[in-house]
Amino acid sequence: MAYSQGFTPHPKISYASAAPTGVASEAEYLEIGLRESVDPAALRAALDAALSPGLDVLDAVVATGGSLVDRIEAAHWRIELPEVDPDVLRAAVAAFTAADEVFVERMTKQGRRTFDARAAVIDVNVIMPDETPSEAVTVPCAILELVVRQVTPAVRPDDVLSGLRVVADLEPPVSPRVTRLAQGTLTTQGAIADPLDAGRDGAVIGGR
Amino acid sequence: MSAPSTTPRSAVANSVWPRLEPLLPQVAKPIQYVGGELGAVVKDWDTAAVRWALMYPDAYEVGLPNQGVQILYEVLNEQPDVLAERTYAVWPDLERLMRAHEVPQFTIDAHRPVRDFDVFGVSFATELGYTNLLTAIDLAGIPLLAADRSDADPVVVAGGHAAFNPEPIAAFVDAAVLGDGEEAVLEITTIVREWKAEGSPGGRDELLLRLARTESIYVPRFYDVDYLPDGRIQRVVPNRPDVPFRVHKRTTMDLDAWPYPKKPLVPLAETVHERYAVEIFRGCTRGCRFCQAGMITRPVRERSITTVGQMVREGLEFSGFHEVGLLSLSSADHSEIGDMCSGLAQQYEGTNVSLSLPSTRVDAFNIDLAQELARNGRRTGLTFAPEGGSERIRKVINKMVSKEDLIRTVVTAYTNGWRQVKLYFMCGLPTETDEDVLEIAAMAHEVIRAGRAATGSRDIRCTVSIGGFVPKPHTPFQWAEMARPEVIDNRLRLLKQAVNADRSLGRAIGFRYHDGEPSLIEGLLSRGDRRVSAVIRRVWENGGRFDGWSEHFSYQRWVEAAAEVLPNFGVDLDWYTTRERDELEVLPWDHLDSGLDKDWLWQDWQDALGEYEQDDCRWTPCFDCGVCPAMDTEIQIGPTGRKLLPLTPVNGLRVPSDAQQ
Repeated sequence: MAYSQGFTPHPKISYASAAPTGVASEAEYLEIGLRESVDPAALRAALDAALSPGLDVLDAVVATGGSLVDRIEAAHWRIELPEVDPDVLRAAVAAFTAADEVFVERMTKQGRRTFDARAAVIDVNVIMPDETPSEAVTVPCAILELVVRQVTPAVRPDDVLSGLRVVADLEPPVSPRVTRLAQGTLTTQGAIADPLDAGRDGAVIGGR
Repeated sequence: MSAPSTTPRSAVANSVWPRLEPLLPQVAKPIQYVGGELGAVVKDWDTAAVRWALMYPDAYEVGLPNQGVQILYEVLNEQPDVLAERTYAVWPDLERLMRAHEVPQFTIDAHRPVRDFDVFGVSFATELGYTNLLTAIDLAGIPLLAADRSDADPVVVAGGHAAFNPEPIAAFVDAAVLGDGEEAVLEITTIVREWKAEGSPGGRDELLLRLARTESIYVPRFYDVDYLPDGRIQRVVPNRPDVPFRVHKRTTMDLDAWPYPKKPLVPLAETVHERYAVEIFRGCTRGCRFCQAGMITRPVRERSITTVGQMVREGLEFSGFHEVGLLSLSSADHSEIGDMCSGLAQQYEGTNVSLSLPSTRVDAFNIDLAQELARNGRRTGLTFAPEGGSERIRKVINKMVSKEDLIRTVVTAYTNGWRQVKLYFMCGLPTETDEDVLEIAAMAHEVIRAGRAATGSRDIRCTVSIGGFVPKPHTPFQWAEMARPEVIDNRLRLLKQAVNADRSLGRAIGFRYHDGEPSLIEGLLSRGDRRVSAVIRRVWENGGRFDGWSEHFSYQRWVEAAAEVLPNFGVDLDWYTTRERDELEVLPWDHLDSGLDKDWLWQDWQDALGEYEQDDCRWTPCFDCGVCPAMDTEIQIGPTGRKLLPLTPVNGLRVPSDAQQ
């Protein structure tokens, strides 16, 4: 582990768009600085062993230039809304996509901010419940899948839900279950590519 | 994209996790309830013969670093057929949700209900954790009163320093263990294992009787307390045959044979101490008369320099911590502290590892030690504890440190690069006057003046930190009256004025103190008897939680509960706190044997009032406190003459194979 200089050295770790607290994620990325070169596979195993069950380190590659932040352009989310009728959700989503702008409010570290939650949403779909492996299938459950562009301030899944409340008064009766499925670079087709791909084949990305 | 993640956690049959998880997004710092830290152990439930839930009754951030719990957790889990998991106090936000959703008190390792365990061990470092004990028992679904429990409930065992007077919680615990826990938990385990293997004959009562017969486990229900008409205790006697009249503390003699923690827990959430802590000795015979820890942990037993070196190496390698705390009641008193610090400093030179000594006597600190602690350029905080402001009061409390010692030591620290030191004092000590406390200001002024002169810099500071004195059982001050909160608060106000009377010096002096009110309640709990149980229960019913936290503590709630409950017994809050006891009064803990001879304690109390000091028996002849002959123990100190050898640097990445089971 490499440390910053100074009186109280900090480990060199930076997280790229970490998921909010209370949200599940299958795709978090971070950069760490090391003092010497190590085999990425050995690093992955060592980090994984030190972390809790459920916090699994899946892959590590050598950074080949360009920061991680530059490679995270969009995130793919799934939001499970128990006790919400899929048709009601579909109508709300239609209203949301039809709008040019949907302004929502959220408390940030800088205080209450109002911003557009619509423009960053690249894709939003209601999917069928049987497509999900969720354990709680006894109650009706509407499921939303979202692809959201990384912008400032970040548009988070709860902001999109706020947007659905604004345009269609959608009020989930119980807490939604949110999972980040992927993040990465945005292809021209609107798909998300693994940000570690660049490091894996040795290609140099960045330089912008 | 790589393969999707594995199953989040192994399926545990009796886990409350599926019901707990949906609540976590709704509470503050949910990570503290998740478990799975490096060092955590999850074992198979069904193959374990004896199952322990261990609790430190405060929040995760305070409880996780607790050495006692970490040591017992590891000692127990090393036994093949024993399973130990940890539980901490849940904050009121989660408590509300758990009640609403019927989620019981759970362990954070495998999220099992505490009620499913055989033994529920709770470690009390302070009496202010008592209300949190009640929350945990109640959330667990265990009847609050020990008398109401059935064979389906775990045996609730209290340990830790506060267990030397468990009478105020006697109604809520089934047993209490006095003294060192390493061997005690194994003995309890053996008794529980055998009793279960025999088919649990005689139920809970028989099990508790077997525990009581060890003569070192106190089972309050087997003792009756009679009171005199004036409210004092007449006598405490066993109500069963073959239960001992007195219960004796335990002493673990060879610390080198118990080198725990070997695999320290590495917290996931921020905690109060993030370091590898190794106890370099246990016990203290300096004889400070206010210090319960020093009295009840005698004799001094050092861990050898080589064992400490090995523990540090393995502990750091396992955990990745960057700070090593060399713990004890007075770390600079270790017979080989110099070689230990220089050896460790040398071994870790050029790394991020820093050393700290949490408690340092001013008369044992010197330039060499200062330089070793500062060798890596990182200086951890230095705290010195003169405890009393005047020479007179320091004689009363037997803290034999002169003002000259203090000034010289602090100047040594300043000239070795420290810019800030902390000085710790107490207020409300027996015989204390306003003048004794005001001398703290003079001392702090002199520290700054001397520091500025020696360093030629105005960039030095000191913080004066003041705690309220609380008389504790098994100390010479167990008979003392407490000062009233108003008296303490007034003395602290006068002191603050005196510190700031010189603006130039006052600017360099920080002032931290606690109000007198929480100390008075701590005093009620520390010297209370069984009648105080009713006060604790009432406070808890009225919402009392986390009494060690100033933002949660309510003096009013305690005063009201005491006023409501205690008059029924013909006593009151003052009776327990500001009343001086006489020599012949039966104290609530007299049947609990810390090894200290009560006559010696009384003599030491008289010596305190006469301002007569007592030397340390490590360097002067035995003064007959009674512990060694009563407990069949002896002082174990070095020097061993051994040195720490340079380490061969370990390269590469390490995958702890048995970190998770």
